[in-house]
Amino acid sequence: MPLRTPLYDSHLAAGAKMVDFSGWEMPIHYGSQIEEHHVVRREAGMFDVSHMCALDLTGPQARDYLRFLLANDVAKLTVPGKALYSCMLDEGGGVIDDLIVYYLGPERYRIVVNAGTTEKDVMWMRGVLTRFDARLKVRRRRGSDAVAIIAAQGSDAHERRQSGVDAVAMIAVQGPQARERFWKAFPELRAATEGLAVFQAAEARFNDADWLVARTGYTGEDGFELTLPAGEAALVWYQLRGAGIKPCGLGSRDTLRLEAGMNLYGQDMDENISPYEAGLKWTVDLKDPERNFVGKAAIEGADARPPHNQFQGLLLLDRGVLRSHQKVVTPLGIGETTSGSFSPTLNQSIALARLPPGITLGSEVEVEIRDKRLKARVVKPVFVRNGKPFI
Amino acid sequence: MNTPSNLKYAASHEWAKLENDGTVTIGITDHAQSALGDIVFLELPEVGRVVKAGEECAVVESVKAASDIYSPVSGEVVAANTAAVDAPESVNADAYANWLFRVKPSRPGELDSLLTADAYAATL
Repeated sequence: MPLRTPLYDSHLAAGAKMVDFSGWEMPIHYGSQIEEHHVVRREAGMFDVSHMCALDLTGPQARDYLRFLLANDVAKLTVPGKALYSCMLDEGGGVIDDLIVYYLGPERYRIVVNAGTTEKDVMWMRGVLTRFDARLKVRRRRGSDAVAIIAAQGSDAHERRQSGVDAVAMIAVQGPQARERFWKAFPELRAATEGLAVFQAAEARFNDADWLVARTGYTGEDGFELTLPAGEAALVWYQLRGAGIKPCGLGSRDTLRLEAGMNLYGQDMDENISPYEAGLKWTVDLKDPERNFVGKAAIEGADARPPHNQFQGLLLLDRGVLRSHQKVVTPLGIGETTSGSFSPTLNQSIALARLPPGITLGSEVEVEIRDKRLKARVVKPVFVRNGKPFI
Repeated sequence: MNTPSNLKYAASHEWAKLENDGTVTIGITDHAQSALGDIVFLELPEVGRVVKAGEECAVVESVKAASDIYSPVSGEVVAANTAAVDAPESVNADAYANWLFRVKPSRPGELDSLLTADAYAATL
């Protein structure tokens, strides 16, 4: 039985084509993936990301726990609301998952992990937690919870709360107009969220419910990621549509993140790949020599050796479409694409790839597609930023 | 889904149309274009290539995935639709007007063994 988010019926009503995504029945598009991509680059679109898992961490040692659990250092988070992107590594330095952690206040953090890795992540996080005085709570997100919520939707907010449902939904509103249109739909939330810097969140009390509004996203555009009670999700979605924010599926979410040069867990990195081989060295914080974290020894070992590959972007010069796991032929050896697709903004195909270390930016390589070798240029892995080509 | 009754169909979602000059025009069905989503690239067979029925001879790539196209009939490729190559999205707009390639059949009987519109629609 596939899992459904609280917005399942909203997707069907909007004409979504639904697909299985890590066991969740999710919209891939509502008509045209390319149009949805352009809407986010040019105006404002929204994604149901309720399949991702939010966790609340509290307790006296919450900070110590995260400094040990994560490769990035939450000691950087000193202002409430500030967020940090990090990998969670295993002892061998492989990536268990990538995630965002929000510092909500003293002894309080919110963590958001990928849908497909949730069970594995929570088991791992609970395992590490036994050494610390802190509590980890998974925010419920199952569609089955939502049934009770939807049934209670006619009643007032207090009654919904009384029904004991604390499941959350997550909606990402993204695009140059996303914040303005969000405020148009929810003017009451403007004051609390207007001053947010990029990668900063605010907790807000709205309509007798707790929201988290974060200026984060996975598209390379400005916008917010909203976490709100599951029972409010369908109505909020409807109000956002009314403000001119268009529903967008996971298909465009993938091409948007690829153009932005953002990694996808399971494709660009996994347990067999260190963050160094996935372009994520900047997220591994070794500055504090006193800090130990899971995977640190392996990372320091990798630091002592010359790298055996580099993570870069490819721009296809010939006609065709790059996909993941295609062979890249270079004068210095063989590489491999990790993510590839068609870039609607550039109107040509792009990929992320692991290449031999000596290959320089701007050089030409060949990608094997079926029985042909197509020319591609090595570029920095950011293809589009804030709506504009960046190469 | 739109399945015109004047065409023949392969279970692998190609349509075939017998032209007055005896050649067979081949494309993908409306169902196929819808399932693939936004089409961004077509790789068509070279004119002059000899293909067998059921042989892979073209590729349609959408943003989502690459899909092999099989020739429903045997024969020599006599034309490829370069206009569609230049505007792959036209196949999404009208999968029956925007054909892919044309074959001069070497075994005309093969056309009769393809599915009728009703039989194809029943497989969907």
